Amino acid sequence: MKKLINAVDDFVRESLEGMRKAHGDLIDVNYDPFVVYRVDAPRQGKVGVISGGGSGHEPMHGGFVGKGMLDAACPGEVFTSPTPDQMDWATKKVDGGAGVLHIVKNYSGDVMNFEMAADLGREADIEVQSVVVDDDVAVKDSLYTQGRRGVGGTVLLEKIVGAKAEEGGDLQSVADLARDVNANVRSMGLALTSCTVPAAGSPTFELGDDEVEIGIGIHGEPGRERIKMEGADQLTDRLAKPVIEDLGLSSGDQVLLFVNSMGGTPLAELYVVYRRVAQLLDEGGVQVARHLIGPIITSLEMQGASVTILRLDDEKTRLWDAPVHTPALRWGV
Amino acid sequence: MFSVAQAVAWVRSTASVIEDNAAALTRLDAAIGDGDHGTNMNRGFKAAVQRLDGLEAEDFSGLFKAVGMALIGKVGGASGPLYGSLFLGMAKELGDVGEVEDQRLAAALRAGYDSVVARGKAQLEDKTMLDAWHPALVTLDAALAGGKELGPALDEAAASAEAGMKATIPMIARKGRASYLGERSRDHQDPGATSTHLILKTLADVVNGR
Repeated sequence: MKKLINAVDDFVRESLEGMRKAHGDLIDVNYDPFVVYRVDAPRQGKVGVISGGGSGHEPMHGGFVGKGMLDAACPGEVFTSPTPDQMDWATKKVDGGAGVLHIVKNYSGDVMNFEMAADLGREADIEVQSVVVDDDVAVKDSLYTQGRRGVGGTVLLEKIVGAKAEEGGDLQSVADLARDVNANVRSMGLALTSCTVPAAGSPTFELGDDEVEIGIGIHGEPGRERIKMEGADQLTDRLAKPVIEDLGLSSGDQVLLFVNSMGGTPLAELYVVYRRVAQLLDEGGVQVARHLIGPIITSLEMQGASVTILRLDDEKTRLWDAPVHTPALRWGV
Repeated sequence: MFSVAQAVAWVRSTASVIEDNAAALTRLDAAIGDGDHGTNMNRGFKAAVQRLDGLEAEDFSGLFKAVGMALIGKVGGASGPLYGSLFLGMAKELGDVGEVEDQRLAAALRAGYDSVVARGKAQLEDKTMLDAWHPALVTLDAALAGGKELGPALDEAAASAEAGMKATIPMIARKGRASYLGERSRDHQDPGATSTHLILKTLADVVNGR
């Protein structure tokens, strides 16, 4: 394992220290427990929006803390959900009297830890609502599974919902919007290589030089299917087609297309993927009205990509365009 | 009889057993989860032991609450809330006494199990830690009801936990991250059932003076 880390146990903290030094104008960091929060928190009268998840997905979520997006993010250990004391601390830190929204990705650990934190917040008389993101079409949603995972759609939701909270939406309207975004976004990803969790020291799964894992989550967990390597367009179709179909897109729809790198795939390859998805959408009469491209929700150094499509309406488009000023996303300011 | 001193020894001994088995637990988790179960459990039980070092544990409630909160705060993932709930459930059941009859320990383990079920909402044969817990608790109750001493009864329970752990191998996961694999989760032993077996085996070892 070759990584730019000093000691495995210090990795998350030292990464947060660097982030705070770089972005001290936007964020501050609490180290016990780990919470990245807006430097001007709490904002009186504004709904607090917090999220959290394992580390190793940077810039998610800490990179999205700032004006127009998240009020706080709770980073867990690498690929491990944060603990209730973190979300409890964050909830109390950002509560400006208008309640707090928890954005939770649908992984069993995240859901349980956030549930415990929401209970603690309510005990302290803070109004807490939780929204669970589950946009991954690779997972069958049935009574017999955990249900779909929360993946790429999470960042789009955090941006749009963060803008709604910034302009003064109340807790109920912010939570309703979050559920509406979740209902209109779908994702699917693939891995060309595995990745190595520092504490484990070896790759999470073995993938041959000529193999591709289709339908991965964001924690280096294996997907549903392993296939032989194919051309970029064929692989892209395997991601984009289920997403388009599941969303039920039809001619005339406007969408936001988000092509994400899992960490190790360069921008040049993402554009090849983007080109193909845009082609498919164009053929179906769907207009790509907004886009996002880059390493936004990563799995450490994994090579791979995910495709996320969000069906837009006027309000979502307006809120996507609204000013945002965070370490990772910045426009309109 | 089961004493707080034995409970302390159980927690300390579990911490070292988990440390010894951390790599193996992580390997099991890498196959069908996300490869951090051993690391997380090791971090959590180390924190629990640290908590005990600064604690004059004289009753079960204080002891198990401290352990549960340490696990909830330090393990992360699903295992943190689940094992944390186990110890909190036991703390609530036993209260602030320092020694209990054998059946009360069995009842406390059952209460802890119920808390795990309430938090995780899994069912038997979902390929989770419940598949090791449940047969162990049934065996323990039966052995005690049949007049066995606590030590031998816990040995039987640990053996049932081991059988339950192995029975997860052919199961298809329906909860947790392994459930995303569907059919591909078959032929792997569940990491949570494995750590549950270690915890119960350690309890039997401590009570039997091994």
